[in-house]
Amino acid sequence: LNSKFEMAKVEADVPPKGGFSFDLCRRNDMLSKKGVKPPSYLKTGTTIVGLIFQDGVILGADTRATEGPIVADKNCEKIHYMAPNIYCCGAGTAADTEAVTDTISSQLKLHRYHTGRESRVVTALTLLKSHLFRYQGHVSAALVLGGVDGTGPHLHTIYPHGSTDTLPFATMGSGSLAAMAVFESKYHEGLSGQKEYLRNHLLPNPRTYVSSKGYSFTKKTEVLLTKITPLKELVDVIEGGDAMEE
Amino acid sequence: MDLNAPHSMGTTIIGVTYDGGVVLGADSRTSTGMYVANRASDKITQLTDNVYICRSGSAADSQIVSDYVRYFLHQHTIQLGQPATVKVAANLVRLLSYNNKNMLQTGIIVGGWDKYEGGKIYGIPLGGTILEQPFAIGGSGSSYLYGFFDQAWKEGMSKDEAEQLVVKAVSLAIARDGASGGVVRTVIINSDGVTRNFYPSDKLQLWHEELEPQNSLLDILSAASPEPMNI
Repeated sequence: LNSKFEMAKVEADVPPKGGFSFDLCRRNDMLSKKGVKPPSYLKTGTTIVGLIFQDGVILGADTRATEGPIVADKNCEKIHYMAPNIYCCGAGTAADTEAVTDTISSQLKLHRYHTGRESRVVTALTLLKSHLFRYQGHVSAALVLGGVDGTGPHLHTIYPHGSTDTLPFATMGSGSLAAMAVFESKYHEGLSGQKEYLRNHLLPNPRTYVSSKGYSFTKKTEVLLTKITPLKELVDVIEGGDAMEE
Repeated sequence: MDLNAPHSMGTTIIGVTYDGGVVLGADSRTSTGMYVANRASDKITQLTDNVYICRSGSAADSQIVSDYVRYFLHQHTIQLGQPATVKVAANLVRLLSYNNKNMLQTGIIVGGWDKYEGGKIYGIPLGGTILEQPFAIGGSGSSYLYGFFDQAWKEGMSKDEAEQLVVKAVSLAIARDGASGGVVRTVIINSDGVTRNFYPSDKLQLWHEELEPQNSLLDILSAASPEPMNI
């Protein structure tokens, strides 16, 4: 009976969910002093952003698609075409974002033929939000929709459950907190030109740290390059040499 | 942190009738788990020229319900040939909420003005009950306001008194409720039309938390700062 009571007490000591628990920081300090290396970080996920500026809307996205810890596509296109004047960034499950934006893009095209007019951003917004709501959040697509139509520039965020927000600047994806921090500190109305926000968009992040020791394999790895016997022997071919003579 | 958590509005929403119309008020925080997804959302949505609603609970559910009701009300207005009454709008919301109670998670306050009944407030909480009330409060922040309203509410207030009451109440709830925050938005509806107001956080009064810690409430009561409860 006593041990059960103590077990219950231990469970009650588990910190409540949410917020950072500092309990293990002292243990980590102690371990690192003893020489135990902390586990390395794994950066995953997506960052998609949008902002409204003086002349219209800018949408931005990174280009990494991941499959667990593996980078499946180093340069994938996360900004999807919806209409000539409307584009949509997608975060979440890649298949879901592709499928939902393709579907709504074709519905918009039919609508354009039907009405004879340029598509409006609110049309795309309503089509996307109805679709996502119908699937009750199982279509895991978080979108940043932006475009310019007859009524002006528009920027909306659409969440997997179908709720939408209309904002002057928006971020989504796992990198959204970091991106939002940048926007919150630097955004102001009436931003002109694009120079303030374009950064590092031409090349992927350069490899700035090159270890002086070079790359070394872990111990016990056999480097086989020196031990492999070549399958073909390279032979010098002498042209026009002495052929066999009878 | 689960950024895929359903987008919900831990909220404070209020609807108050006054002599001649209604005042609706809300905070502006939409949260996804513990991340504030939108710090300046507009929770007071228009259904018709004379009827507005305050939304709380799941953001997706409340947006969809308000879209459906706006659509039905539009048809109804065309068929009726005159502006819809607040009672009809509230009942449409109630029918959707009640008949889909297993799937929806949204609390709504319907407020508006029509020529038959004047200013009216209807509260439609989670299960789909409809309650016509002189004032209604909803959302997670409303828990902190029941006592306040019992004390501060009175019949036959003027428009400015009613709006000041709503702003004070929302700002008190924002101070106490972690899931409410941002700015205070109000909408006043009466026979003259609709007025939207916006109170940014720096214009709101400071409450008890901003004072130095005192030994007892009695010490604070005598201090110069504004007192929410008029005893």
